[in-house]
Formats: sequence, C-alpha cells, structure tokens
Amino acid sequence: MELVRAHILVCGGTGCTSSGSKAVQEALHRELKKQGLDKEVKIVETGCHGFCEQGPLVIVYPEGTFYCQVQVEDIPELVEEHLLKGRILQRLLFTEPLTQERVPHYKEIDFYRKQRRLVLRNCGYIDPEKIDEYIARDGYVALAKVLGEMTPEDVIEEIKASGLRGRGGAGFPTGLKWGFAAQAPGEKKYVVCNADEGDPGAFMDRSILEGDPHCVLEGMLIGAYAIGSDEGYIYARAEYPLAIKRLKIALAQARELGLMGDNILGTDFCFDLHIKEGAGAFVCGEETALMASIEGQRGMPRSRPPFPANSGLWGKPTNINNVETWANVANIIRNGAKWYGQFGTEKSKGTKVFALTGKVKNTGLVEVPMGIPMREIIYEIGDGILGDKKFKAVQIGGPSGGCLSEGQLDLAVDYESLGSAGAIMGSGGLVVMDEETCMVDVAKFFLDFTRAESCGKCTPCREGIQRMREMLQDFSEGKGSLEDLDKLERLAQTIKDTALCGLGQTAPNPVLTTLRYFRDEYEAHIRDKRCPAGVCRALLTYYIVPELCRGCTACARVCPTGAITGKVKEPHVIDPEKCIKCGACMEACRFDSIILK
Amino acid sequence: MATLKNLDDLRKLREQVKGELQERFGGEIKIIVGMGTCGIAAGAREVMTEILQELRTRNIDALITQTGCIGMCEREPLVDIERPGEKRVTYGRVTPKDVKRLVAEHVLHGRVVEDLVVARFDEEEE
Repeated sequence: MELVRAHILVCGGTGCTSSGSKAVQEALHRELKKQGLDKEVKIVETGCHGFCEQGPLVIVYPEGTFYCQVQVEDIPELVEEHLLKGRILQRLLFTEPLTQERVPHYKEIDFYRKQRRLVLRNCGYIDPEKIDEYIARDGYVALAKVLGEMTPEDVIEEIKASGLRGRGGAGFPTGLKWGFAAQAPGEKKYVVCNADEGDPGAFMDRSILEGDPHCVLEGMLIGAYAIGSDEGYIYARAEYPLAIKRLKIALAQARELGLMGDNILGTDFCFDLHIKEGAGAFVCGEETALMASIEGQRGMPRSRPPFPANSGLWGKPTNINNVETWANVANIIRNGAKWYGQFGTEKSKGTKVFALTGKVKNTGLVEVPMGIPMREIIYEIGDGILGDKKFKAVQIGGPSGGCLSEGQLDLAVDYESLGSAGAIMGSGGLVVMDEETCMVDVAKFFLDFTRAESCGKCTPCREGIQRMREMLQDFSEGKGSLEDLDKLERLAQTIKDTALCGLGQTAPNPVLTTLRYFRDEYEAHIRDKRCPAGVCRALLTYYIVPELCRGCTACARVCPTGAITGKVKEPHVIDPEKCIKCGACMEACRFDSIILK
Repeated sequence: MATLKNLDDLRKLREQVKGELQERFGGEIKIIVGMGTCGIAAGAREVMTEILQELRTRNIDALITQTGCIGMCEREPLVDIERPGEKRVTYGRVTPKDVKRLVAEHVLHGRVVEDLVVARFDEEEE
C-alpha cells in the first residue's frame, strides 16, 4: 500500500474552479515535486465544500486545516510552511468576522457549525471520480442491504416511514410516489432523476452531482429495485459539463464493479442508466415536459392525470425524483427511517440544501435541518448582509417562489410554513436582497425569466405573464393607477389557478408575494412617482449639488443632449426636460457632485 | 477491478479501500515529527522519509503528521508516538537508523524504546 502522510484536498466544484482552483492545483503539484514531497503528500480534487465565497478552498489533512482564497502565488509558502515545517500558514486561514479570530479548522467556522450535512456528507471529503472513496465511506452498503435483506415493499415502507418528501419543490411524499409506481400495472417501468436545475442562483443539484455522484446512482438503484424497474434516465442540463463528466465516470466505475448492469451483486436485480443532456429549457424541469424531452419530442408539459406513476416515459409507469431526493435515499436505508426522523420538523423531515446567494456575506452551499428559522440561515450561517446594509427581502424558490420580508424572518423553513407565506421551498435557491433592491424591479426580473422560458402551450402562462410584465413596466415608470395593483393581483391569481403546469402556476408567485409584503413600494412608484430603493431609472432625476460643483464643465461636455448648462467655475444645472438619464455626466464628474434623487 | 459478486465482496473491497481515507481523516496510531527550522536542521526530513518508508514496507496504517518547534531544539529531531488509549511518548535526537526500532517496538507492539525517550505525556497535561 502506498502511504502518504498528508492529503491536500483542493475544491474542484464549479465555484472554486471559476475562482482559479485548477491553477492552484497545478501549482501545488509543481511545488510538491520541487520540494521532493510528491511521494508523501497527495493531492485530491474534491467536489464543492459549499463555502464558495472563500474559494479557492484548500484543506490539508490529517489536521483538517482550512485555507481559503488560496492563490497560485501562495503555494510555495504554503508548502514550505505547512508541509515542510509543520506550521499553519496563519494568513490564509479563515477570519471569523465577529471576533476577528483566525480559525484553523473548518468545523469550527460558524458557516459550517450551524449546518447539518447529511446529503452533502461526502461533498468535499472524497474524490468524486473514485468509487473506492465512496465505498470506503459506506457507499453501496444501502444497496447491498436492500438486495440482501429487504423486499421491495419493505423499501417503500421504510421510505414512507422516514417522511422524506420531494426536494424538487412541491414536497410530495417520496414513499407514496414510489408506491404508486410499484403498484402500477406493467412489466416495463422507468426511474428518472431530474437534474434540470434551472433556477437563477441555484446550484444545489449541480454540487451534489459534482461532489458525490455515486450517492445519486445508489439512490436510483434502490428506487428502481423498490418499484421494479430495470432502466433509468438522468436528465441533466448540458450547461453542467463537470457534473455530467463526473456522472459518466461514476456510471462506468459502477458498471465495472457490477453495481450497475445485469445481476447486480450476484442477485437477479438488473438495472442500468442513461444520461440525457437537456438543452437548458427551464420548462423541462417540469416532469411531463422533461419526459417528453427524453422521448425526443419538444419539451412541453401535458396535463395530468395520467400521472407519470401510471403513464410516464413512453407511456410506461415512471417514477421521477430530483437529485437531492435521490441523494437522501441511501442515507435513510443505511441508518433507518427512525434515524432520519430525528432531523427536521413533524411534517418536514430531514435536511434541505440551499444555495445561499445575493447580498449576503457568506454565499455558498448550505445544508440545514428543516424547520430552522430563516434568520439563522441569513444571519448566522450567511453572517448577515453584505456591507452591513439593511435586510430587505429574501427570495426563496427562484422564479417559482416568493419574496419574504423582514416580518417573515423568524418563519420556520419547512414546506408548510413557506407555503402559507406564499412562497415555496422550491429546489432551494435563496437570494438575499438588501435595502438597495427595488421590489418592483425584482418582480420584473423574475417575470422576464418566466416569460422567456414559457413554452407557450397554454394561454394563461403565455399571455398572462406578458401582461403582468407590461403592468410592472408601467409601474416602474410611474404610470398606472392604484386600481391597477388590484388588477395585477387578480390576473396573477388567475394565472396561478389556470395555467397548465408548474411553471405557469408558480410564475405569479414573485408578483403576489411582493404585492403582499411590499405593497407600499408599488404605491410609492405609482402615487409618488418615486422608487424608494433608487433603482427604477425612469423615476430618478439627475441633480447637481451646487455646493459640490466646481464648474469644471466636464459634465456639460459629455452630455449628449446639451441638458447641462453653466458658466466656467460656477455651479452647473441639469434641465430635467432635456435629460435622457444616460448617466454620462455622473461618470464624468470628478467631484461626486452629481446625484440621483 | 473484479466484479462484485455479492455482499461479502463489497465488504472486502470496503475494508481494502478504507485505509486511504483513514490516513486522510486520522488513523489509529499517531506519529508526529517536529519539523520546525531546528528540527529540519537536525535532520527531521530524513527521519520523516525513513518513517514513511518503514510504514510503507510494513504496511502499517498510521497517521503521520508534523509539527513546528516546541522549544526543545537541543533534542531535535523529536518524534512523538501515540497509540490509541496509551500515553503519548516523545523521543529525542532520533536518527534515521533509529526508525526501524521505533516502528517495530513502539508502533507495532507498544513497547516504549526507553533509551530515546525525552518525555511522556499524561492525558491531563494535554
């Protein structure tokens, strides 16, 4: 056996890769060789650690020292100090913002301490391209347990007892869903993994696939055994090349070991998987559209019933779950439903992975027990708002979800509470917004997205979103009347009630929730012709502060419409009638005398 | 890699591959080499290399790590050995040719190599 004394884990998730982890890894290889350490120190590329804000991340084991924002230039010093001389390189440690203390071990950082990592247990610990490492962490034990000791009915009962619910957004009980597909008549059945994660700012599923692809495969194998399926599909976005690459490697390794294919582990159970790359249409995350796309048709949803459990892929009974749901399965089987039940609330069991983004200090991937107050996620794990600005809203569930305000911060994050607040759990995107965000603008942004992604099959979605978007445009320009707000609300509710699929039914959520929690802001736009956050350009005027203006004429010279007048060395003025609000004067002014108000 | 025919095969493979992860996250026996400037000057690098070589040859699963100067530069190279549930022992002025003896006696059989001992740790002191 080759023996190494230290392992350097370099994060190879997409977040760290884009902040330069590949170059860091190469520099490490070079430096280890140069110092003659390459035989005793091993470099391991792992999946996402979640703390993308601090990337590229490098963790040195056995000590578990956590270095962040490591640059290529840091490598010689890091190798010399830590690996040659055995001293921790203090300056690359994480600094806890509150105490200003440097924290050497990553379990001690607040960002990680408040988390409960079940689904992500292997992400960042193992090399996702090595099945051995997954097996060493008890991988495929659950599959062996299922094949050796449990009937398909036992498996379904265990999943039911665990209380696991679909992590794709709607939260349907997984065990129940499996039961339907198992009971559906028919010889040929399919299982599908929905990896078409399309919400802006969401990267939970990508990180699981990149960091621990085998746990998804194992979950699918167990599901296939439970419902009696021998063939499955993973529908992943083509925009996730790294996830797809790692899935392919994982699949090949599982086949080689006889964990995928015919007579798995010497039993009668046979199962194999295809990877289908989606073309990146948001609507294909909807299960019926997704299946249409796998079949080679245009990705459009159809009405349900019949549900996929009875008539799915090619009309055969099909069980479809999302990545995170599948990733929970092996843990539940290995440790038992009772173990799983200790996490979460009564009706929402287990944990949920969130992609924490936006105006929050610690962005990244976090896994928390269900029922945790939103405040804890944003202020303790996320460490509060960037630049210590004021919190305004958090958007949960992406374009299908809703915006929650300060008043909902103590809301427990579980399916029921979020639903009653008008939002949804969604797949797990959390976008934090500060006081400089305009809620009308946010609603516009999400409608831009859903409008572009609507497949156009049903009228409420195709036409309704467009009309809502037009009304929002008017509001952002100070047009419209207060009655229009009621009209918008009515239209939004109608779309919600009548659209064909989940995309259309949830698209009005950002509008409805912003109207519910930030109605005053809409009113300010319409009634006072004012954008309180200072975002909506049409409602802003450029103004020169006379006390600050030196009369240098720089602004007047760049103004394309000649709206600025004034004598040299005397304060200038802007004629609001002529001004087209291009902002050129503001950029030209060297004395910060031009403001928006 | 051979196909896994049954549960036992999987178990065997798991035992086989567990070693590397144990190295990464902490094995049973700990060996700590003092690698401050003083340690390195006194030859800690050679001692470290020799330890790794010896553990490789004997296929021993142990956690090897390094530490900085602890102030006893005079006695460097210092090597600490700690077996699970036993006291940690510090050896001083270890040379590469002492390594075989340390591994065979202390690491494998728990017999302290008295003539090299500098200090013994009690749990309370740590």
